[in-house]
Amino acid sequence: MFKLNKKDLRTLIIVILLALFAPFLLNPFPTDSALAQFNAGYPDLMQRFVIFGIFAVGFNILFGLTGYLSFGHAAFLGAGSYAAIWMMKLLTMNIIPAIIISVIVAGIFSLFVGWISLRRSGIYFSILTLAFSMMSYQLAYSVLTPITGGETGLQPKVNDPRLLDGALAEGAIPKANLFGLDMSQSYDMSLGAWSFTFNSGYYIAAAFLILSFYLSIRIFRSPFGMMLRAVKSNQQRMTYTGLDPKPYTLAAFVISGMYAGLAGGLLVAMDTQAGAERMFWTASGEVVLMTILGGVGTLIGPVLGSGAIKYMENIISKINSDILHTWFAFLPDGLENVIVAIIYPFIGKGWHLTLGLLFMIVVIALPGGLVEGAQRLSRLFKKGKNKSNENE
Amino acid sequence: MTKSNFTRRGVLRTGAVAGAGLSLPTIFTSSASAFTNEPQGGSVTLGFNVPQSGPYADEGADELRAYELAVEHLNGGGDGGMMNTFSSKALRGNGILGKKVEYVTGDTQTKSDAARASAKSMIEKDGAVMITGGSSSGVAVAVQALCQEAGVIFMAGLTHSNDTTGKDKRANGFRHFFNSYMSGAALAPVLANAYGTDRNAYHLTADYNWGYTTEEAVKDSTEALGWNTVAAVKTPLTQTDFSSYIAPVLQSGADTLVLNHYGGNMVNSLTNAVQFGLRDKVVNNKDFQIIVPLYSRLMARGAGANVKGIFGSTNWHWSLQDEGSKAFVRSFGTKYGFPPSQAAHTCYVQTLLYADAVERAGSFNPCAVVEALEGYEFDGLGNGKTLYRAEDHQCFKDVLVVKGKENPTSEFDLLEIVEVTPVEQVTYDPNHPQFQGGSLGSCNPGA
Amino acid sequence: MDSIILQILNGLDKGSAYALIALGLTLIFGTLGVVNFAHGALFMIGAFCAVTLNRILTLSHQVIDNTRTDFLGNPLKVDIPYIYDFFGENIGRAIIDWSVPLSILFAIPIMIAIGVIMERGLIRHFYHRPHADQILVTFGLAIVLQEVIKFYYGANPIPSPAPEAFKGSFDFGALVGFDPNTIIYPYWRLVYFCFSLIVIGAIFAFLQFTTFGMVVRAGMADRETVGLLGIDIDRRFTIMFGIAAAVTGLAGVMYVPINPPNYHMGMDFLVLSFVVVVVGGMGSLSGAVLAGFMLGILESFASMREVIDLLPGINQIIIYLVAIIILLTRPRGLMGRRGVMED
Repeated sequence: MFKLNKKDLRTLIIVILLALFAPFLLNPFPTDSALAQFNAGYPDLMQRFVIFGIFAVGFNILFGLTGYLSFGHAAFLGAGSYAAIWMMKLLTMNIIPAIIISVIVAGIFSLFVGWISLRRSGIYFSILTLAFSMMSYQLAYSVLTPITGGETGLQPKVNDPRLLDGALAEGAIPKANLFGLDMSQSYDMSLGAWSFTFNSGYYIAAAFLILSFYLSIRIFRSPFGMMLRAVKSNQQRMTYTGLDPKPYTLAAFVISGMYAGLAGGLLVAMDTQAGAERMFWTASGEVVLMTILGGVGTLIGPVLGSGAIKYMENIISKINSDILHTWFAFLPDGLENVIVAIIYPFIGKGWHLTLGLLFMIVVIALPGGLVEGAQRLSRLFKKGKNKSNENE
Repeated sequence: MTKSNFTRRGVLRTGAVAGAGLSLPTIFTSSASAFTNEPQGGSVTLGFNVPQSGPYADEGADELRAYELAVEHLNGGGDGGMMNTFSSKALRGNGILGKKVEYVTGDTQTKSDAARASAKSMIEKDGAVMITGGSSSGVAVAVQALCQEAGVIFMAGLTHSNDTTGKDKRANGFRHFFNSYMSGAALAPVLANAYGTDRNAYHLTADYNWGYTTEEAVKDSTEALGWNTVAAVKTPLTQTDFSSYIAPVLQSGADTLVLNHYGGNMVNSLTNAVQFGLRDKVVNNKDFQIIVPLYSRLMARGAGANVKGIFGSTNWHWSLQDEGSKAFVRSFGTKYGFPPSQAAHTCYVQTLLYADAVERAGSFNPCAVVEALEGYEFDGLGNGKTLYRAEDHQCFKDVLVVKGKENPTSEFDLLEIVEVTPVEQVTYDPNHPQFQGGSLGSCNPGA
Repeated sequence: MDSIILQILNGLDKGSAYALIALGLTLIFGTLGVVNFAHGALFMIGAFCAVTLNRILTLSHQVIDNTRTDFLGNPLKVDIPYIYDFFGENIGRAIIDWSVPLSILFAIPIMIAIGVIMERGLIRHFYHRPHADQILVTFGLAIVLQEVIKFYYGANPIPSPAPEAFKGSFDFGALVGFDPNTIIYPYWRLVYFCFSLIVIGAIFAFLQFTTFGMVVRAGMADRETVGLLGIDIDRRFTIMFGIAAAVTGLAGVMYVPINPPNYHMGMDFLVLSFVVVVVGGMGSLSGAVLAGFMLGILESFASMREVIDLLPGINQIIIYLVAIIILLTRPRGLMGRRGVMED
């Protein structure tokens, strides 16, 4: 089906199911329980999961297949965001033109950067891409302020022109929509003690993720994908057989740049704001880390990696000492304070520490990233059932 | 479940699904309430969104201390702090409208995106009805726009750029902190008094929005008193070593250096300027002087002895002797062991003001709160008589001009108040050119 | 003319910091081939060695001064460092005043130890792993080190002044015949410049003129063959790692009087140090030093008012722009070796 082999189809179906049932899967704890702190099933974070998933999936097409490590992909995400927000300011709050233009702008920008950077390979390539993205950040934050909003970024305002939209009703606020369907519109469902949120913006973003993921599988399995792998394993040999690797790598670069632009456009569509920080080198580094953390060159790894990092950033950082005390309130006072004092450095404002430790543990214990962890788990299960056909 | 299997487990599973189906009537949608996150039950949740990582983490930590103190006081704990000196007596120490105040915290990382993600999680997941905090104008503007969209109130923390209540103002957002214009207007007369009216000033300006508005404000007010601006050079935000910007200052014939920098930029540029011995120089027969338009205690700590004798402005300082400030310093100092910073003060006051507005309005509805805060005049919160102006949601109050202290007694005792500039002198027209280009819109209750 | 000399001086001074950091990085990255994202953290830890020594020297007991009051109206508690008790107030004050230079002695053993532990405990297992894994593990390590420092010292910069004798600046212009006040230069920056020249010289001499250095250089060029000759190259690489950490740490120690250190200063320098090393060319020590000074000087020129007026924003991007131009015109940076990190 869909021109996929059985194994890829299975992966795709898993991704589709995960995306569809994310509101359930991410809210496993009853709303009023102490563990509800770990629930991640609210619209903003679900949206960020899939958007950064798209970003990482696209990045993996370049890095996972060709081995070219770009340290400047955040620039394309940023360029896509700015393009999208300007569409919303000038044309319409409908997200379709915004997303289309963000992909196009990011594509053109990545064509330019890729065309220049791909003249070099290895670390020299990485530094070239890094330099381009840092230049974009520095200029967007300062001298380009009239276009980018600089420090304060851009948000849609009531008095923007918006040629295609009719005038806003008195007191109305411009909201991103898909032909009238508001991105922030949600439907809450309570099942006993549990509550689940179904958000329109999330499902639109998730549809894009599924589409992007499907496309990425097709690229991985296509002859084009084989060429890209050839670039990674032995570029010299490829040249000797009379093939020029450059067009292939450039194509991969532009495709992954367009994925980044799509992610940027979606970020704006879900949360109407664009700022220069999106292009800072740490943002480029983040997608590199997401991909490596999940598993370079695997299909689903980048999605897992981006989920893990965004979860840390948004959930662990919100646990404060107050919450810790309520969790351990059942313990005797002295013991409670000791335990809180031990855990406290790792949560709340110390969430970076936990993130750093996670990076180190994963790379030391699971050399193939989170995907390898999942594979080991499934192998463990399978061992119990049937030891025979196992060829992972 | 395509093929039916009538095993015992299968039946049980079907039963469970049916049971879940039966409980469907409890489904509700968000449109059931009159406004976003209408507090249900006996408590109300506020969202404290402060930088907990990154360069402003210590400032964020101080803000968070102030918020915790405010919550304690609102719920009737502690000594009540400024609630006793506040001119409005609507708060009675029984929470807000009888509901116990609870709070959630988040990390802005001093990045607009992270701040909005954190604020959104507070609104969407924790049901926060008000968001407050922040330590930069970029974050304040971004979160303010978000709160306007989501239909909750935003009480800005530390944000000094004119834009927050100028071109980027929003109906659901309120700022107690002062701004660039007020800094300039308060500083200029004091500077003219201390250093004369024929100075040649050289500006180094952080190359982003806040820097631009501050440079403009200080330039305008000092030039109006006769100063001449020799040059204004923009420096990148990411700059760490300012030597190549500071070295040419003396060549230009300037006798005064204005550092429109904040945070780490300011600490480094001031340190570098003192390193270059600028303050020992005599130019045009005048002692060379350095000015820092916006001071904060944390920055003063970072710059250490270099701040001695340097003028700047601040929103509030713990050495103020009015009853409100004394009460606040007492309860903060007793709880944490050191005096509060201006960031802590503005956050504490913002929380009380919000709670008070809700009490007076009798509702958590953002539109009712906006109405209660607009044009509201109060006293007893540390800055004297203060007005929340209806046109731009900016507080108008006295501004402090301070100077680095020569002989500090502790690491917190770094600034001394030179003058309390009366509010009339820093008030401006809502359509002042430095504030043009925005519109409040109307309040949004969401839902 | 005078403003050009001024900016060359500033550039040399900035460049000496860049060169020192890049020198440490190029020993680890350009030669051992480890993509060390924790390099900035080593610089930061060096700086905090100075802060720590200062804290140790100023360990105090409190004396209550009844004549003054603190902010709550209680009698003021005054901190008296123990060192005053041991050596008397004057000598104690002098020792604290000189704490930054003293930190050099304190930092060398600590930084070497950190480098060796890092190599033995962690990096050694990653020599044969993909660069991606090296990035993840060293970035994780950098975050952890940074957070540990933040936990103990807070996020705020910590003022750490130079000794009283090196405060202020001297008039370099007047010395060589320009008008007074046109070319001024702080004493401590001159100290930093000289210090970096000494360290760079020492490292080059060590690698060039000692047997140890010769073996290491041979190992960099062809690790396998050197191993086949029966030389324990791994142990020497461990020592090199320690030395690299010490060089970077010393760059941090001496930097604190220039700018007050904070816990994320390492990240501020991380990207820059990679750019310097790569522009200098992978595997070339002299390339890294040359690129450090060159970028420092160009950055200083780009921050001149006349240049910014001509090209707004040039001061924001100069480093990256130069990096792009150099890498496009010279495929392996200024002096890079063929085949190092090109795949």
